[in-house]
Amino acid sequence: MIKTLLSGDLPRSRLLTAMLVVVLVGLALAPFLVSGARSLNVAATICVFVVLVASYDLLLGYTGIVSFAHTMFYGIGAYGVGLALHGMGPSWWAIFVGTAGALALSLVLALVIGLFSLRVRAIFYAMITLAVASAFSVLASQLSDFTGGEDGRTFKVPEILQPGFRLFDAEILGRVVDGKLITYYLVFFSALTLFLFMLRIVNSPFGRVLQAIRENDFRAEALGYRTVVYRTLANCLGALIATLAGVLMALWLRYVGPKTMLSFEVMTDILLIVVIGGMGTVYGAVIGSALFILAQNYLQVLMAQASAAMSGVPFLANLFHPDRWLLWLGVLFVLSVYFFPTGIVGRLRTKAPARGRS
Amino acid sequence: MIGATAPFMVSKSNHVAKAFPMTTEHPVLSTHGVSIRFGGHIAVNNVSCEFRPGILTAIVGPNGAGKTTYFNLMSGQLSPTSGTVRLYGEDVTRLGAPQRTKRGIGRAFQLTNLFPNLTVLENVRLTVQSRAGLGLNMISMWASHVELIEKAEHFLHVTALGESRHELASALSHGDKRKLEIAILLALEPDIFMFDEPTAGMSVDEVPVVLDLIHHIKAQGDKTILLVEHKMDVVRSLADRIVVLHNGYLVADGDPAEVMASPIVQEAYLGTGMAEHV
Ligand SMILES: Nc1ncnc2c1ncn2[C@@H]1O[C@H](COP(=O)(O)OP(=O)(O)OP(=O)(O)O)[C@@H](O)[C@H]1O
Ligand SMILES: [Mg+2]
Repeated sequence: MIKTLLSGDLPRSRLLTAMLVVVLVGLALAPFLVSGARSLNVAATICVFVVLVASYDLLLGYTGIVSFAHTMFYGIGAYGVGLALHGMGPSWWAIFVGTAGALALSLVLALVIGLFSLRVRAIFYAMITLAVASAFSVLASQLSDFTGGEDGRTFKVPEILQPGFRLFDAEILGRVVDGKLITYYLVFFSALTLFLFMLRIVNSPFGRVLQAIRENDFRAEALGYRTVVYRTLANCLGALIATLAGVLMALWLRYVGPKTMLSFEVMTDILLIVVIGGMGTVYGAVIGSALFILAQNYLQVLMAQASAAMSGVPFLANLFHPDRWLLWLGVLFVLSVYFFPTGIVGRLRTKAPARGRS
Repeated sequence: MIGATAPFMVSKSNHVAKAFPMTTEHPVLSTHGVSIRFGGHIAVNNVSCEFRPGILTAIVGPNGAGKTTYFNLMSGQLSPTSGTVRLYGEDVTRLGAPQRTKRGIGRAFQLTNLFPNLTVLENVRLTVQSRAGLGLNMISMWASHVELIEKAEHFLHVTALGESRHELASALSHGDKRKLEIAILLALEPDIFMFDEPTAGMSVDEVPVVLDLIHHIKAQGDKTILLVEHKMDVVRSLADRIVVLHNGYLVADGDPAEVMASPIVQEAYLGTGMAEHV
């Protein structure tokens, strides 16, 4: 049962299994484990990023395609549902229309970029995606009548998802069942489903061909695989799943804006998480996202405490001043790449017998 | 030999277009005045040649003669600057390698060309999977297609690689890499086999395994075999016909004994430091 759900791709390392279980249980029970809007926001962000990063890894880690357009697809999903809800009012129909429209636009863009440029050398492909993504981001900021420009758009979601909504008066485990809780579980279960779907894709005959193409596309062609077709399909799949991640994020935040959805910072976050978690393994997206987003949100708090504790030693206190959190995040990144060049998951798995790599 | 079982699974050659007459009169593969130019250098120059089923053609010539390039033109890795390539009567000049592979061409490369970070078994399983047309299946688990795995293991057994099936291809010895290259070719179950110096760099005790395999393919009677080979004793023992390339030109083509004796071959070989192979 579990084996089928995980598509036969078990974690193959005790420590990794333990970490995955901790993340899964933590995310599943987050509304009951933590209090406060911020913590729940962190949990929801982790859910969305697991999907977003895993869909990027489908391209980078599995197929060997370097693309910088991934946030564009994420943004299309977020804007699609956000603008639909903004324009059509808070209904499920608007969510459906926005999502379907966004998926269609992403598919067309992925196909066009893919067919135009998957035949060219990888470096040109990366540059084309970068150009298209930048153009798109500028466009979203410029068309301010439609998109809300730099400020973005806030919008109302259907009633059942609004924070003020109460499903019933009683509490469960000391927590009211409000619209926020319902939205959280919508995000959580959607993310879980998408994650399991990607796990299946990478362990399907198709996923195996993607890895073959990454390893040696010339040979894959000689075996009879038309690599353009496979690359284009992988590109479209990654784009569609990133779009859905954007939809989930917009529903959670009830806001869309260029900074949160389209900026290059999101793209660098995705890249960092893929590298930290481990390329070419969807489990890396889980571990990487959890660690990275926790660090991004709590490193400052942690450092404030450390800084206060060391107030006797001005140099150390200064070094751990909360304003330097970005520096420390950078240091953590460099260290993790140095010690785990194959990512955390890659590192944990190499200790297991080589058998499983077939 | 490797065990008493027949080294090949009984397989129908379902690549072939139904209407195509499978007699030795009709070439399955042919080139018509193909040339390819790399900058100022013409590596293959106006070569016309036909290949028929049941016949093993050895293609010989000194280093740099254009043998591998000629192979690339036929199996689709390269497109000719001029001329056409026909496969079962169909003009395939503009088709890429995957389409030609699907139509029955199988290629083993001179420079070993594997998936280095995948296991030996996975290298062959991917081939079997391609042959089974399952590559676009995203819904099932690869491991649930047991028949593909079993078939792949069979080809590893035939090439005496069964022991190292779970090793990474990059970890194999040179000789075993060459054997894996051949296992992949066998797993394609082609109708046209193209071997590019299959035994180059192998140790003496590994060579017979490969030659036995080629003998077996030949014994099936209906396969078209093209073999680039420098070792003249191998050519003598296997070839039904010899084609000589020299500086991109086809300079001799015919019965092995005649071709070997012809002055042009003597000159082409003896004149370019190939004497030790003759
Ligand atoms: N992609 C290429 N670009 C430029 N020149 C090439 C290319 N491929 C082959 N050549 C040249 O074409 C000529 C023929 O090369 P080819 O590899 O076909 O020879 P060969 O007969 O297979 O030799 P060998 O016995 O050494 O394998 C050589 O001079 C080689 O340098
Ligand atoms: Mg050669």
